[in-house]
Amino acid sequence: MTGLNKVVNTYEEALAGFTNNMTVMIGGFGLCGIPEGLIRLIHELGYSGLTCISNNAGVDGFGLGLWMEKRQIKTMISSYVGENALFEKLSISGELEAILTPQGTLAEKIRAGGAGIPAFYTATGYGTPVGENKEVREFDGRKYILEKALTADFSLIKAWKADTYGNLIYRETAMNFNPMMATASNITVVEVEEIVEPGELDPNFIHTPGIYVDRIIKGTFEKRIERRMTRKEDK
Amino acid sequence: MPLTREQIAMRIAQEVYDGYYVNLGIGIPTLVANYIPADIQVMLQSENGLLGMGPYPTEAEIDPDLINAGKETITAIKGAAFFSSADSFAMIRGGHVDLTVLGAFEVDQHGNIASWMIPGKMIKGMGGAMDLVAGAKNIVVAMAHANKDKQSKLLKQCTLPLTGVNCIRRVVTDYAVLDIYDGAFHLLERAPGVTVEEIIEITEGELHVPDHVPEMKF
Repeated sequence: MTGLNKVVNTYEEALAGFTNNMTVMIGGFGLCGIPEGLIRLIHELGYSGLTCISNNAGVDGFGLGLWMEKRQIKTMISSYVGENALFEKLSISGELEAILTPQGTLAEKIRAGGAGIPAFYTATGYGTPVGENKEVREFDGRKYILEKALTADFSLIKAWKADTYGNLIYRETAMNFNPMMATASNITVVEVEEIVEPGELDPNFIHTPGIYVDRIIKGTFEKRIERRMTRKEDK
Repeated sequence: MPLTREQIAMRIAQEVYDGYYVNLGIGIPTLVANYIPADIQVMLQSENGLLGMGPYPTEAEIDPDLINAGKETITAIKGAAFFSSADSFAMIRGGHVDLTVLGAFEVDQHGNIASWMIPGKMIKGMGGAMDLVAGAKNIVVAMAHANKDKQSKLLKQCTLPLTGVNCIRRVVTDYAVLDIYDGAFHLLERAPGVTVEEIIEITEGELHVPDHVPEMKF
């Protein structure tokens, strides 16, 4: 028996049960905090017809840009796709359906999906193209639109450290969408930089409790930087 | 003379007060950070999950896990905090951010803003802009008053797809500082050397002009 030990040794095991036409959440903000190895394997295996829920769509040649090059994505639910030139081409030609969603609404839709809340009202997007054909309700004199929760078949996320039970700690702004996505899918796979024994992570500082995590794989990360900005050394 | 981008940022920095939590958008708004007075304490929020954004890193400090909402490498100041995107937008939507500065293509006299999409051009997405305009208590828009052909961007009614409705109260352009209320723009200050007549000429929306319009001070 494996008990609560969720560590798998290969990316193939980590993605067992993954098929074409699935809905999949992918953690990360830009290229920061993305599960690089899991993305790479799905690219290599060529699964297609995917509905992807991810804040961004990668860049040409890296991250989800790889899936786009191979036409693996049917529908993309994102808040900002400006870094990916291929995205524009595919969405204009109709090869790719884009559902642009305000970033905070996207985060909350995923959080709600994981927390058993089917929908919520938000002022974000009221009176804009995002609010079209959505139920409007007034609370205390202000108008809100009804937004439905999101769930998925798989969540592919990235954390800094995991113990073998799947308790997770993220690092800096590589946290972003990963904690909510960990909660919102049938199967959550986390790719991490380091796996430790239970007890080695301080329970006071766990970001995602292990109950949400199904599989853990130790990855290797390139951590590509999108916009390298620096200042001169301080005098 | 109309203001430069840096001067617009300098003028907006005067809207930042001690103890504020501030979200700065991409472009001119980012420059505002350079002009916040040294004698006040301010926390910059980056909506990808950071309160307490510092300057760009030195070559030695670069950390791929630490970026801002523009995906640029950045630093965190002492006393900073990291959090998820859901927490970040709870701060924004919940009205906890004291001041938001963002850019726009168009603003109208009803406080509507269009900043994310030009039909027929590349669709990039709204990112966090719709959440920011819906949630912030206090929004300052940094924008050009008119385009190169002197066509106004301060309109009776926005023509582009909206980012938010009835949410903008203050605009700082290269020509003027204006407030929006009661369905009109109200001229508060003019750029040094710019006349009221010039501003009237490039403002399409209804514009209320008081007897005396002072020049901006820097």
